[in-house]
Parts: sequence; C-alpha cells; structure tokens
Amino acid sequence: MRNLFLGLAAIGLVFLALFSGPHSFSGADQQAVALISEISPDYRPWAWPLWRPPSPEVESFLFALQAAVGSGFLCYYLGLGRGRTLARKDHDPPN
Amino acid sequence: MHIMEGYLPLGSAVAWSALSAPFLWLGFRRIDRLLKEKPSLKLLLGAVAGFTFVLSALKLPSVTGSCSHPTGTGLGTILFGPGAMTVIGAIVLFFQALLLAHGGLTTLGANLFSMGIAGPWLSFWIYRLGKRLALPLSLVVFLTAVLGDLFTYFFSSLQLAIAYPDPQGGISGSLWKFLLVFALTQVPLALTEGFLTVLVLNLLSGQPELEELGFVK
Repeated sequence: MRNLFLGLAAIGLVFLALFSGPHSFSGADQQAVALISEISPDYRPWAWPLWRPPSPEVESFLFALQAAVGSGFLCYYLGLGRGRTLARKDHDPPN
Repeated sequence: MHIMEGYLPLGSAVAWSALSAPFLWLGFRRIDRLLKEKPSLKLLLGAVAGFTFVLSALKLPSVTGSCSHPTGTGLGTILFGPGAMTVIGAIVLFFQALLLAHGGLTTLGANLFSMGIAGPWLSFWIYRLGKRLALPLSLVVFLTAVLGDLFTYFFSSLQLAIAYPDPQGGISGSLWKFLLVFALTQVPLALTEGFLTVLVLNLLSGQPELEELGFVK
C-alpha cells in the first residue's frame, strides 16, 4: 500500500508538470547551451559528437533501449528475490 | 546536467578529467575488491546499475516548463558506496556521449564529476548523517536521493559558472543564471527520484545480498 502511494507520488509529479500550463518542455541541457552563448557570445565549441542519432526516432529508440536494459537488470533481480522469498516460506511454513 | 560536447574550454575539460580520473580508478578498485570478496553481490550491483540506467534515460517534464532527467545514483550509493556509482556513472555517460550525442567525450570528466562523484559523495554523507541522527529510514533514503540528485545539478551549474563567468556579475552572477536553468527544473524531478528510490529499496529489502552489505532495516 505504501509502495503504491510512492509510485503514484512519483508519477503524479510528472503529470502535474505536464498539465501545469502550455510549456515548450525543451531540454535543460540545450537551455544551458543557449545561456553559454548569451554570456560568452564569442565562444565557439571546439569538439563535436563523433556520431549523432540520424533522426529523433533513432534517438528515442536508443534512450528507450537504455531504459529497457536498465529495467531488465533491475526487475530480474526483483523477480529473483521475490521467488527466493516465496521458496523460503514454502520450505519452513509459519508456526 | 550533460554539458554538451565542446562546450567546456580546453583548460576546464582537461582539469575536470584529471580530477575525475583518480575517483574512477578508486571506484574500479572498490568494485573489483567487493566482487572478489562477495561474488554473490554481482546481481545486486547489476540491479543498482539498472536503476541508474533507467532514471538517467528518462527525460521528464518539470513544472518549470523544461525537461531534464534524474540521476538514479542515490540507491547505489546507499548500498555500494559512492565509488561504485562513479564507475556506473561513467558507463552511462560514455554510452550517452557515444551513441546519443548527449554530453560528450571532452566534457565526460566534468559530467562524471557532477553525476558520478559530487552527487554520490554528498548522498553518502547525508545518509551517514541521517543514520547517526536516527531519523526514520525511509526519510533518510528519500533525502539521500533527493539531495544527491539536486547537488549533481548544482555542481553542473557551478562548473559552467566557473567556465563562463558573467561579464558583470562574475562567477556568482553566472552561477545564478545556470542554477535557474538546471537546479530549479530539477527540484520536482529530484522529488520523483526520491519517491522511486524509497520504493525500490522497499522492494529490495529483506534480500540476503542487502544483509551481506550490512544494510538492515
């Protein structure tokens, strides 16, 4: 029950933001780049990414892949743990 | 908190890389020793790394009208210590620099310092302090994750302010501007990370690996 509330609070904050008004929701990293050019208009970046995702679709695929791999590892362990706990309970039944 | 490729002057880029390198080396040694002593911890380390992978892949909207991502380093810091998170942070940042054009190789040292060193080390001290004050565990975990996340973004702002001092206000003038971009956006996201960290630690608790690490509820 407590975990349900924690999950709802986490998701709730995100949705609160989504409906907090008409915003552009641009990335903070890009805003920082804009701020750099505002503070130091003469600064020229001297290195460029070796490779860029060719389209926003490919980029979102790679981000989704990162999240999927991560949640795979996490949830494998959680499932394993749950199974072990249940097996232990079967082994020595409560008095 | 990703400083984009090429957006740190050469001197800063070299300095932050040099500062991060020893932490990364110590982190590798710590993980290596831990897994040699207790190989059974491998899976839990993978799970903790997975948590960082997920959270740092999610660019979440914030009430400030921009998007940024949590760091997910608090959980691993609590269980494995800050050194392990330096290594995991480096893996994430390297992947994102190479395949996502997110951050960069010249800024890897600086980004690693904010996400993999400054944040986790602050988390580490907050956690110790909270335990010493005997605060409720969930509250300590929540604060550990939230403040570590916020400190990572504070640190990125500081790095940029040092590299780009405001012509009028100097470093402090510039720091406020970067904090408005990074830290303010991050407040609700850090809270989200806090809730998720408490949630995942609840789900993990009771597992033998956590007891092996000395984590008791």
